[in-house]
Amino acid sequence: MATTSITVEETPLVRQVLYRADDALILGHRLSEWTGHAPILEEELALANIALDLIGQARLLYAYAGELTGHGEDQLAYLRDAPAWRNCLLVELPNGDFAFTITRLLLFAAFADPFWRTATASSDSTFAAVAAKAEKETAYHLRHAAEWLIRLGDGTEESHRRAQTAVDDLWPYTGELFAAVEGNAMPSPASLHGVWKETVDSALSRATLARPQDGWMQSGGRAGRHTEHLGHLLAELQYLQRTYPGATW
Amino acid sequence: MVAAASLRERALAALQDVCDPEIPVLTISDLGILRHVSVSGDTVDVTITPTYSGCPAMTMITLDIETALSRAGINARVHTCLSPAWTTDWLTDAAREKLAAYGIAPPPHTSSRRALFSAAQLACPHCGSADTEQLSEFGSTACKSLHRCRACREPFDAFKCH
Repeated sequence: MATTSITVEETPLVRQVLYRADDALILGHRLSEWTGHAPILEEELALANIALDLIGQARLLYAYAGELTGHGEDQLAYLRDAPAWRNCLLVELPNGDFAFTITRLLLFAAFADPFWRTATASSDSTFAAVAAKAEKETAYHLRHAAEWLIRLGDGTEESHRRAQTAVDDLWPYTGELFAAVEGNAMPSPASLHGVWKETVDSALSRATLARPQDGWMQSGGRAGRHTEHLGHLLAELQYLQRTYPGATW
Repeated sequence: MVAAASLRERALAALQDVCDPEIPVLTISDLGILRHVSVSGDTVDVTITPTYSGCPAMTMITLDIETALSRAGINARVHTCLSPAWTTDWLTDAAREKLAAYGIAPPPHTSSRRALFSAAQLACPHCGSADTEQLSEFGSTACKSLHRCRACREPFDAFKCH
């Protein structure tokens, strides 16, 4: 028996919840891939902790999306095909080297931190409650990523080269974070661009890294047009439910 | 009303034995994650709140509550609430003392954002020295950070300000 993939009825509110839930789960999954491979024990614990925070935030948001759509949190995570995922492309890219992972985390957390802080004042009470937890956690993620980026950029010639390559390669994926969103339950991403840029500029300059010029920006993730990498990630994430439909323990 | 009041008393007594599985010296009420206990009919509704969004102990705590109440012959439903959000200010004074005695430095008495960046020196829970350093903001569980005492050279965990 094959498990039928679900189709989610997406109102603007549902979509706003899924943007945040899918970003958090996919980035959390990527970070969890470092478990057992991190360069030092403290970093192993840190990346696993950050992954856990993100997956926890995703669960709270899926529970809310579940109330709105009638699909449970597990169904939303395990039974949607790639085109139904609403995460931005930035979070689904493979981890690359440590510099790439840290730079991606910085670029994402520099957005997520002010986003959740602003969202604590949301008129949507569930969303505000999730934000009150997430904003404290995200402050740790941002600081951790920024401290590492400074060490890498201002470290050896090799770590500087790798960090600069990561910044250059990831830059075209940052525009999608600020794309306009329908509905007003959550802060407008575009309104956070100024504070994001300030945070990122300050980290880059302390890390002696150059900020790339804004040019062509990749997009499509919010509309379900993903890179090939998401399919591979979902194959692993969804394997159990797809192979043993309805399995529980 | 009398029956309901005594059912609630019995439930509260049974809940006194439910501890955090990762910090077994603290009960869920010491931690401040036990929010409400109310009675409707012959069932007790227990509401708890998570510390961190991804705290994996929540499932286990829910099971432990159900088990403790079931042992006391009480039907229970466990609910989770997110608001108001838990902060380290919900830790009771008794909890802080138990943490220190267990070897975990309790968090400073504030949950303000700025406190995250302050250079407040934590006292070593082993020897009491203030000459300590932070090794990592992320420790063995989501709620702890890693430190080392420069005086007695022992490593220790601290409960993160949150």
